[in-house]
Amino acid sequence: MIKYLKTADSEWYKQRIISIMICILAVFVILFVRLIYLQVIIGEELRRISLNNSIRLQSIDPPRGCVYDRKGKLLVDNRPSFDVSIILKDAEPVEQTIEKLSEYIQVSPSDLMSTIMNTRDFSSYKPILVKQDIGRNALAALEVHKHDLPGVGVKVNLRRNYITHQYAAHLIGYLSEINSDELKSGNYPGCRSGDLIGKFGAEKTYDNLLRGKRGGKQVEVNANGQVVRVLKTVASIPGHNIYLTLDQDVQMKSEELLEGVAGAVVAMEPTSGRILALASSPTFDQNAFVGGISRDKWASLISNPFRPMANRAIQGEYPPGSTYKIITALAGLEEGVIDEKTIFECPGFYRFGNRVYRCWKKGGHGKVEIIKALAESCDVFFYQLGQKLGVDRLAWYAKASGLGSATGIHLDHEASGLIPTAAWKQKRTGIPWQEGETLSLAIGQGFNLATPLQMAVFTSAIANGGKRYKPLIIDTIKTLDDRLLHEEAPKVIGKLPVSQHSLNLVKEGLWQVVNSEKGTARRIRLSRIQISGKTGTSQVISRKDDEQIAEENMAAHLKSHAWFVAYAPSDVPRIAVSVVVEHGEHGSGAAAPIAKEVIKTYLRKESTQYQIVTQKQRQEGSG
Amino acid sequence: MFDRRLVQYFDWGLLGLTVVIGCIGLATLYSAVTAETPSPQKVLFFKQLIWFAIAMAAMVASFMFNYKLLDRWSQPIYTICILLLICVLVFGKYVGGSKRWLILGPISIQPSELVKIAVIAVLARYYSKDAYTRGFTLRELIRPFILTMIPILLIVKQPDLGTAMLIVLIAGTMTVFVKIERRSFISLIVSSSIIIPMIWFFLKEYQKQRILVFLDPDRDPLGAGYHIIQSKIAIGSGMIGGKGFLKGTQNALSFLPEEHTDFIFSVLAEEWGFIGSIVLILLFLVLIFWGLNVAIACREPFGTILAVGITAMIFWQVFINIGMAMGLMPVVGVPLPFISYGGSSALTIAIGIGLLLNVSMRRFLLE
Repeated sequence: MIKYLKTADSEWYKQRIISIMICILAVFVILFVRLIYLQVIIGEELRRISLNNSIRLQSIDPPRGCVYDRKGKLLVDNRPSFDVSIILKDAEPVEQTIEKLSEYIQVSPSDLMSTIMNTRDFSSYKPILVKQDIGRNALAALEVHKHDLPGVGVKVNLRRNYITHQYAAHLIGYLSEINSDELKSGNYPGCRSGDLIGKFGAEKTYDNLLRGKRGGKQVEVNANGQVVRVLKTVASIPGHNIYLTLDQDVQMKSEELLEGVAGAVVAMEPTSGRILALASSPTFDQNAFVGGISRDKWASLISNPFRPMANRAIQGEYPPGSTYKIITALAGLEEGVIDEKTIFECPGFYRFGNRVYRCWKKGGHGKVEIIKALAESCDVFFYQLGQKLGVDRLAWYAKASGLGSATGIHLDHEASGLIPTAAWKQKRTGIPWQEGETLSLAIGQGFNLATPLQMAVFTSAIANGGKRYKPLIIDTIKTLDDRLLHEEAPKVIGKLPVSQHSLNLVKEGLWQVVNSEKGTARRIRLSRIQISGKTGTSQVISRKDDEQIAEENMAAHLKSHAWFVAYAPSDVPRIAVSVVVEHGEHGSGAAAPIAKEVIKTYLRKESTQYQIVTQKQRQEGSG
Repeated sequence: MFDRRLVQYFDWGLLGLTVVIGCIGLATLYSAVTAETPSPQKVLFFKQLIWFAIAMAAMVASFMFNYKLLDRWSQPIYTICILLLICVLVFGKYVGGSKRWLILGPISIQPSELVKIAVIAVLARYYSKDAYTRGFTLRELIRPFILTMIPILLIVKQPDLGTAMLIVLIAGTMTVFVKIERRSFISLIVSSSIIIPMIWFFLKEYQKQRILVFLDPDRDPLGAGYHIIQSKIAIGSGMIGGKGFLKGTQNALSFLPEEHTDFIFSVLAEEWGFIGSIVLILLFLVLIFWGLNVAIACREPFGTILAVGITAMIFWQVFINIGMAMGLMPVVGVPLPFISYGGSSALTIAIGIGLLLNVSMRRFLLE
């Protein structure tokens, strides 16, 4: 075989190179022929097209998906907006055209010019937006004087429309122009500068579903920039519709009740985690963001000391106050530190070390067992219980109850709250844990922080027998033609590490909070609906034990925050509520009435609907 | 030490040709960046001038040493280039959705450009040893295959499909040039005609879509299809005499996002018409033939194969870029040698020409 192997020599290479040369010559002939075809044969035609610059691309923006509440009530849609733009190249003579245009749309020519000159990626061949959302009259004027206004075009664009102003603003969120970082991030494929994207709330979380996909047209235009012929069209794909878990009436009621105060309401279905209402006050108008928020408006929103842009329901971290006693109680029962018969004496204060820890009730509660301690929110009972439990056992139960970590709601910027442990404090401050701090902790003061949402999830877990559900804000996602794309299923994210027995004791205590003679929230008792709950008052500043300042005399911003967590009906809970009123002083006075109204709104509606259904059935049965 | 014959044999023709094409490139680039509205990016022109100066220096450096050293040094150079490609993936700068650039102080370079030379050198080294007229068998082709695939995979990852495809074409040309043994060739054809449809089967829908658009730009009338139409209008509207320097109207429309790189030929064809375009194409043809002639004149396999590889690189870039602008080819970003804006591209081509000069001026050493 070896003898057949001839070494490649220069002559052999030369032959092969010559073949390559022939191939290359052939390829260049193709280029040559194509060049003749384009420049000589159809050159004239292409020259004509190029002189008109007549092929343009027009984008077709997809309609953004609508947002509905759980009952299919429309909350957010799109309305047509007539936007005026100008193509300078077609607008000759430009100054004259602009002068005329300014008259019809009532913008001074100098303003128009500056808008045009300040446009990003300015090009005299591309339409430049000069005014959005002109009125019907201006539109009519433009239509009539169309031939006087070369290069001026009116395009119907869809504009986001938040049907009820300020409604669920923090949950639904708003749109705003995409910024360069977002463009670069690669999370917004198909978007380009100037596009509106969801920046906050559900609009942001579900942006990729709501947005749809842009289409476009290749069109031929005449010298005036008017479309002569559509060459090719790629249809846009509309965004999907989302159905929120919100109940519009409950949400509205919650917002109404919060009006004038800073605070938050979270209402959820305890058996599924579906959010019925998520309100934060003060709020803002989402419509102000549509079409670009003005600098002044934005500045006033941002500089407002009450921070209307913050979603207090998920971002607000407050000491849970006495609502935390539920956890202390559960921990005590589970750890065997107390049982239902354990009695502590409350003389109105508790001496620990050389400090005196006061009960909110000056005269004391006398002999107190667990149910009474919860119902009357006896501080001294929980001081003693907390002391016996210690900070770390308490922290373990709090964490197992979902405090100190985000719930995983599909909204940005959720705060995780804080559950301190001895190690945490040592690490953070370098100072070892003081046992006295455990006492404050046991009644929900001190380093503890929780969000209204976390407390709502926790309260739901108490109500449903121990399951912690992930809070859900959407029910379903459907396509434009009503095809179901996705259905959000309830998801258990944890279980309370407590026995049914302990839970029942605590539930009895929570029932008595509202329904017993001395319950701290007895004023919200309803005859037809049984509510269970727990009040809370969380101090904004720590008061020294010997300072006796009446709340009424304190500056507003130093007043305590008011908490109330509740569920109803007590036997088969269908709604759980968590309310915070900043500087509302007392949970019983400021927060509990709000919870009552929210519960009433939801359950009354449910029962009327139930009645209607049964009536119908009866009629159908008889008929 | 210095041999007078080096000067005597210096390939002034090749150098002259290069300079002429370079000047045409600068003029076209000047037009492309000036006409751009609203903000002429003249700075790009001056940047390119600086790059040309650097490229010239690199070209001189590439013919100063005896190219046979490259035979010995090709492996380390290849390894360095691969490391650079890995660096790109790790530290690279994201521009327009892909990571292609390495930032070195004031300049950014595209290692995927330089890697072309490294692959050519390393393949020339392999193919020049134990080369027989019966060609290379499949088993002998495994090593060059791996050497080619490593940079390609790294470049696809960036992703820069144009450059990856170019390396495939260059390596393919070199391999066909040194001949694949007949039975191996047949089995290669057969197996690839089975495997390629199978790969198609496994691709995701969007990947298929991308390939279909690549092959038929009309499927994407708002993207690639639109660019092709505008490019054809630009070229055709130049007609025979052209619209005149700096008078192109299509160019001013900024219809193409990459008019100073991928679609630079359209700018030239619009302004200089058929006459200008055909001159440029013929100049490229002469350059390519010149390169092949250098390969023939070199009486030693490494030099011959190296020259063929470099010429193949120039040929494919010219053909793909001009073919794409005229709507003959898929839309893929391949720079036109010496004409498109781009420092790394100019540098790579200059090194290539430098090596051709190197091979050419040392041909006497074997005679």
